Amino acid sequence: MTNDQLRDLLIKHLERIAPDISFDDIDPAADLREEYDIDSMDFMTLITALGKDLSLPMPEADYDQMRSFDDLLGYLRRHAS
Amino acid sequence: MTDFVMPSLGADMEDGTLVEQIVAPGDPVHRGDIIAAVETQKGAIEIEVFEDGFLDKWLVPLGTKVPVGTPIAVIRASAEPGKPDMPQPAAPVPAPPPQEAPQPVDPVAPPATPEEPGPVPEPPPEMPPQMAQSGRQRVSPAARRRAAQTGFDLASLGTGKIISLDDIPDAKDSAQVEPLSAMRQAISAAMTRSKREIPHYYLSDTIDLTLAEDFIAAHNADQPPDARLALGVLYIRAVALAAQKYPDFNGHFEDGQFIPGKAVHLGMAINLRSGGLVAPALHDATTGDLETLMARLKDLVARVRQGRFRARELSDPTITLTSLGDRGVAGITGVIFPPQVAIVGIGTPSLQPAVIDDTVQPRRTTQITLAADHRVSDGHQGAKFLRAIIKHMQNPEQL
Repeated sequence: MTNDQLRDLLIKHLERIAPDISFDDIDPAADLREEYDIDSMDFMTLITALGKDLSLPMPEADYDQMRSFDDLLGYLRRHAS
Repeated sequence: MTDFVMPSLGADMEDGTLVEQIVAPGDPVHRGDIIAAVETQKGAIEIEVFEDGFLDKWLVPLGTKVPVGTPIAVIRASAEPGKPDMPQPAAPVPAPPPQEAPQPVDPVAPPATPEEPGPVPEPPPEMPPQMAQSGRQRVSPAARRRAAQTGFDLASLGTGKIISLDDIPDAKDSAQVEPLSAMRQAISAAMTRSKREIPHYYLSDTIDLTLAEDFIAAHNADQPPDARLALGVLYIRAVALAAQKYPDFNGHFEDGQFIPGKAVHLGMAINLRSGGLVAPALHDATTGDLETLMARLKDLVARVRQGRFRARELSDPTITLTSLGDRGVAGITGVIFPPQVAIVGIGTPSLQPAVIDDTVQPRRTTQITLAADHRVSDGHQGAKFLRAIIKHMQNPEQL
């Protein structure tokens, strides 16, 4: 997947979880959960959806590498084939 | 022949609007089937039927707001349509009176009914067959939520197309100052009643989460994302088991007496993105393994966030848990949701200095509080209840 495709996929899932918040309104370097006001249950839903779409395990031990939008996108880029 | 009435989904509910007729007249229904959806101050509620039989007819057109207790449909026990006391056979449908009839071309519109809940409304004329099939209004969850918040009448849009968020005027667009939303009014009514009627007392303590978090991390390490557990599921089980052991915190106080719950239906305070919160029940929270409980929790949260839950989930929680998750503050002291008699609040975990074996160590802890009804229990029992929850959290593998 290209960087743009990964980015679109991530935005699509975030906007489904937080339909009231547009990607244009967030700071991609800030804490993802703060920016989208998502709780741990929403975050689990996000990781589950991304893991399914990209066939990635996305282990809990890696959650620290998924703090901001940019971090998570970078993580997907490194791990998605 | 039984009347199916607009249910009461809590002390604060006065009326509801029939927004979906899921079962068509003549169709069989079974106990537990969802046959209709009702719009309330809290969102769309799916309504279950409590007996086996056949749906004879709808008594209330789509979009009509009626008081709690109003018959909205007739359920009959057998397939036999023509009982002597039932004049209308199902098949030949009399032509509806012209002024109330939907246009044949555009089978829209439940007749616009005035807002004020009169006494029991006149049963409407039988719908023509094509309306019975296509008359279900299709509304996206987001649109339904906004309509509920702004008081917009969904019925005015008819049933011709799928109604999306764009079809509902935003509250901000309207010039006049918005009064309290229906959601805030419902919360206000319930919490005012609580503060007025329930003599609350409050207790608090600290939970050391080290063992619980280790247990979750170990469980989740080799699990795919959708099989992982959240810390919240341990809170749920711990509170449910403690409430089972100490029944003075689990049940309803009504008509001057306390009725203990037969099971623990744990109300989960869930915040809505659009503002406000609801606390639907996770039924029988002491049963099943943690994985099953987690799946049920995820299902409940997902449905609530879509503005969709079931009648029983709103009407029968026996105790409430409000947990701030990982992005809140240190602690929360809840307000009891009547007619319940207790609410447990759990704050956000944080690293704190703790004294263990005479040394100070950093530990992940959180605050736990109990607000309980002094008419039913007192601080001595409350402390035992709270300690039981804390103890369960120290033995996560036994949950």
